[in-house]
Amino acid sequence: MRRSMLFLPGNNPNMLINGNCLGSDAIIFDLEDAVSPAEKDAARILVRNTMRYMDFRGCEIIVRINSIDTAYWQKDIDEIMPYKPGLVLLPKTGSAADALEADRYMTEVEQKLGLPQNTVGLMPLIETAMGVENAFAIASSTKRVKALFLGAEDLTADLQCKRTKEGREIEYARTRLVVAARAAGVDVYDTPFTDVNDDEGIVTDAQLAKALGFTGKASISPRHVEVINAVFSPTQKEVDYAYEVMDAIELAKSQGKGAIALHGKMIDAPIVTRAQQTIAMAQALGMERGV
Amino acid sequence: MEIVKLATAGTMESSDAYVEIEPAASLDIQLESVVQEQFGDEICRVVREVLEEGGVSGANVRVVDRGALECVIRARVETAILRGKGDA
Repeated sequence: MRRSMLFLPGNNPNMLINGNCLGSDAIIFDLEDAVSPAEKDAARILVRNTMRYMDFRGCEIIVRINSIDTAYWQKDIDEIMPYKPGLVLLPKTGSAADALEADRYMTEVEQKLGLPQNTVGLMPLIETAMGVENAFAIASSTKRVKALFLGAEDLTADLQCKRTKEGREIEYARTRLVVAARAAGVDVYDTPFTDVNDDEGIVTDAQLAKALGFTGKASISPRHVEVINAVFSPTQKEVDYAYEVMDAIELAKSQGKGAIALHGKMIDAPIVTRAQQTIAMAQALGMERGV
Repeated sequence: MEIVKLATAGTMESSDAYVEIEPAASLDIQLESVVQEQFGDEICRVVREVLEEGGVSGANVRVVDRGALECVIRARVETAILRGKGDA
């Protein structure tokens, strides 16, 4: 379960070591934009040691490596792969070829380490116009791809438009990525809301992302984590309805009926699928059926 | 390969450690730490271990510890060694 993902700068020990105390489902150790070129070596070693020695139980580790057009990305993979992060976030993925290049090298390193292929997943970061246009090809390029991730800051720079809180300039990219990811059968994560002091703006932005079909949302501030978790968690009402749907389906089966209505609405396959997803998430969150 | 030049790693920020390393004929470790009294010996042991792992037998090493965990101290010493060898 990844409702929230929190970026932590890869060369800041104070933030890295406290990463699992900040409430997010996943933390992203950032070796890319948060680290200056002169400190890439130091951050890589620090992140590797943090993963090696620290116990982040209950919080998935994701590492944003440097992009494949730099001299750093293979060294990043060499250092982190032995400690099996949940996902590698690959910046500036513009084509299926980019994802396949990362996949090829990750497979090579897994073989050297004696790890099964695809032990570590890949999450392409889509943050260029080319990446958006190639989103489905990227998402379906290799089994290693587990999710797409939208990066709006670089994307709006590439689109030559201004990044706004309302986000109209990224509407197309958001919906395009959701459709591409779902068509490929992978998850999809929304870009961070970057005004850390706008407590209302993050709620609106997270609700929009949820409504569009995103699996979860990233954050650059611990202050946003609680809101994101709340928005991407089912409400008690939704959980109770999901159980009612499953009860209704069981009843229909026992009565030999092919179709059944609940509260005047026909229950069909997509509603059952959604109910199953809601119950699975509720169980993961320890939520019980209400009375 | 031994240390061939002065190099530094880390910062003076909380939970971090700042490490300076320079070429020398033998090994000398100087430590400043907010927990020197309680953990000074243990920190020096960790620094010495990382130096050995890095094949460094001669160097002057200065460590300013700002309450760093062992994994952070190890990372900063390793980085300083790499930079001091000119490998970074």
